[in-house]
Amino acid sequence: MKKLLLATAATVALAGGAFADGHSGVKLGIIFGFTGPIESLTPPMAAGAEQAMAEVTASGKLLGGKAVSSVRADSTCVDSAAATAAAERLITSDKVSGIIGADCSGVTTAVLTNVALANGMVMISPSATSPALSTVEDNGLFFRTAPSDARQGTVMTSVIMDRGIKEVALTYTNNDYGKGLADAFQSAFEAAGGKVTISTAHEDGKADYSAEVGALAAAGGEVLVVAGYLDQGGKGIIEGSLDSGAFDTFVLPDGMVGDSLPVAIGSDLNGSFGQVPGTDSPGAAKLIEAADGYDGSAPFVAESYDAAALIMLAMQAAGSDKPADYKGKVFDVANAPGEKIYPGDLGKALEILAAGGEIDYVGASNVELVGAGESAGNYREIEISGGKLTTVKYR
Amino acid sequence: MEILNAFVLLSNFVLIPAISYGSQLALGALGVTIIYGILRFSNFAHGDTMAFGAMFTILFTWLFQSWGISIAPLPTALLALPFGIIACIGMVLGTDRLVYRFYRKQKAAPVIYLIASMGVMFITNGIIRFIIGPNDQKFQDGERFIIKARTFKEMTGLAEGMSIKVSQGITVVTTVIAVIILFWFLNKTRTGKSMRAYSDNEDLALLSGINPDKVVMVAWIICAILATIAGSLYGLDKSFKPFTYLQLLLPIFAAAIVGGLGSPIGAIAGGFVIAFSEIMVTYAYKKFLKYLVPESWEPESLVQLLSTDYKFAVSFLILLLVLLFRPTGIFAGKSV
Repeated sequence: MKKLLLATAATVALAGGAFADGHSGVKLGIIFGFTGPIESLTPPMAAGAEQAMAEVTASGKLLGGKAVSSVRADSTCVDSAAATAAAERLITSDKVSGIIGADCSGVTTAVLTNVALANGMVMISPSATSPALSTVEDNGLFFRTAPSDARQGTVMTSVIMDRGIKEVALTYTNNDYGKGLADAFQSAFEAAGGKVTISTAHEDGKADYSAEVGALAAAGGEVLVVAGYLDQGGKGIIEGSLDSGAFDTFVLPDGMVGDSLPVAIGSDLNGSFGQVPGTDSPGAAKLIEAADGYDGSAPFVAESYDAAALIMLAMQAAGSDKPADYKGKVFDVANAPGEKIYPGDLGKALEILAAGGEIDYVGASNVELVGAGESAGNYREIEISGGKLTTVKYR
Repeated sequence: MEILNAFVLLSNFVLIPAISYGSQLALGALGVTIIYGILRFSNFAHGDTMAFGAMFTILFTWLFQSWGISIAPLPTALLALPFGIIACIGMVLGTDRLVYRFYRKQKAAPVIYLIASMGVMFITNGIIRFIIGPNDQKFQDGERFIIKARTFKEMTGLAEGMSIKVSQGITVVTTVIAVIILFWFLNKTRTGKSMRAYSDNEDLALLSGINPDKVVMVAWIICAILATIAGSLYGLDKSFKPFTYLQLLLPIFAAAIVGGLGSPIGAIAGGFVIAFSEIMVTYAYKKFLKYLVPESWEPESLVQLLSTDYKFAVSFLILLLVLLFRPTGIFAGKSV
């Protein structure tokens, strides 16, 4: 029933958008999973993106005063066929000038390869983190304000290397997240001159991890990297390693960081370290303050706001709302040099760009595009001391 | 010295974990095998019976802890174990009364029992989550180690450490005691003998005046005792999480079938076969060989027969081989 209502509401909103279409306006598509496994996350994400559009419209400075309106579509997060159809509709019948989305990595890949490439449409995803999206063929059309898990592998490498550790054992939870992160980390670590003595999977929720711990211990290493979940097999591996004296120090990526882990393991975990996505940029606080009617601190809301803002700023920099014209400008507005732009400054940014100046969009999630057009990603390095998570620094 | 180091290394990572895990599986498999022998069906609810008994042990442990009662350095859970057993006996006798007795009167086929036991499994599952929740629970207290790896190294001067947890020690000792009592009961007492008679030939047993209701009741009580001990020991050694007890069901059944369903001695052997094969086949012997062979022969690779990903494949491969070549199991139980 709830889904039906939501779908109806979405349809009405879409129809309304279509009728209100003024010829001078710019339309941006938002394709998120409004139904499906992440349906609780997407409403504030869309609201964040729409807030950026409202801000730009209110400033009246985009391409000589064009209004920006949003068209929502449902990616379902899991059904590639449905997401492809929805994106097709956004482009052919709603005639959007850019797409914010999609959300989950699988449907994002499907929309990109089947629809965006064929139609030359720019897509900026706020939440797809799969490393595979870094190397997918995109003709310069695809960007993301979320970091790739490959980035976390690099960050983790420097976190470990900075402590003078050159040899690690690695275990990961046997799913896409664990495998992707483990592979990314291993290649980054080996490229940096480190050695991964063993890389072995563990299944979550199993009865006994002695075999895994035994193999890891036999391979050896100064620390053990556990790319798992803190309330699942990752915890079992750490307990087993501590009990048998196999490892004393553990590296904990984002899936392992939480307050419950030091509580469950106790003082033996002191000295272990790791990293989680996080930023101390002032932009995040500004968005939370400005958020009206939704939670600005909810997951991926900042990234969604930034995705929408980047598209509009790139349009302004190119002086055109044609994807082919502005796709080359996304990097320019996102990165230095130029004046730093935070949420709430979009009007000012448009003015600078109109005058031919340069901006460095920082936004709510501290955007810095690298590589194939993805956020460099900001991570908080943590260490466990005194039975608590403490912040070492931001990377 | 080198040989000693190699042996300590192997003990720490293979022998000790395998013996304690094997004991837990053996206790679980004994419960399954006894129900199979008497009631002639595979009790899929056994994993959750273990979780149910362990849950009550935990609740009583917390109660005793709040009263300040402890038997340090041993864990308080040992004190709570009898109360958990009583609660578990109540539960299994209740389900027998509500569910299985009906099918017994109908003289239902074993497969119907099996399906019914799955229903019991899901309901028990739900009750456990309802009472204690789906999360991890820790209830271990007292001393954690008999000997720590670091202390062992300092004491012996060896390069390799060996650690033995209190829970591992308790697991092995309790299993030995439970098995001795069980075998004494089955072989020496009148009730035990009548149970074996009932298991071997039901009609003949009934003719000779054995009361079937009593045999069934005693079987359930033994099953509950073993399940609660196995579940609590497992929770003490690892941690209590309802979901993992469901996962334990597979290795337990593998152990019971490998050993021969219906054969108590087979269940114990099966438990150790499964535990040792899971750990030994996937262990990387590089360091172990390093101690034993001359330096020039030292292996470059990890010397691991199979990656740990295949840990479960190992136990099921053994299960498959046993079923193919010796369908009744190692100790000739009933054929499956």
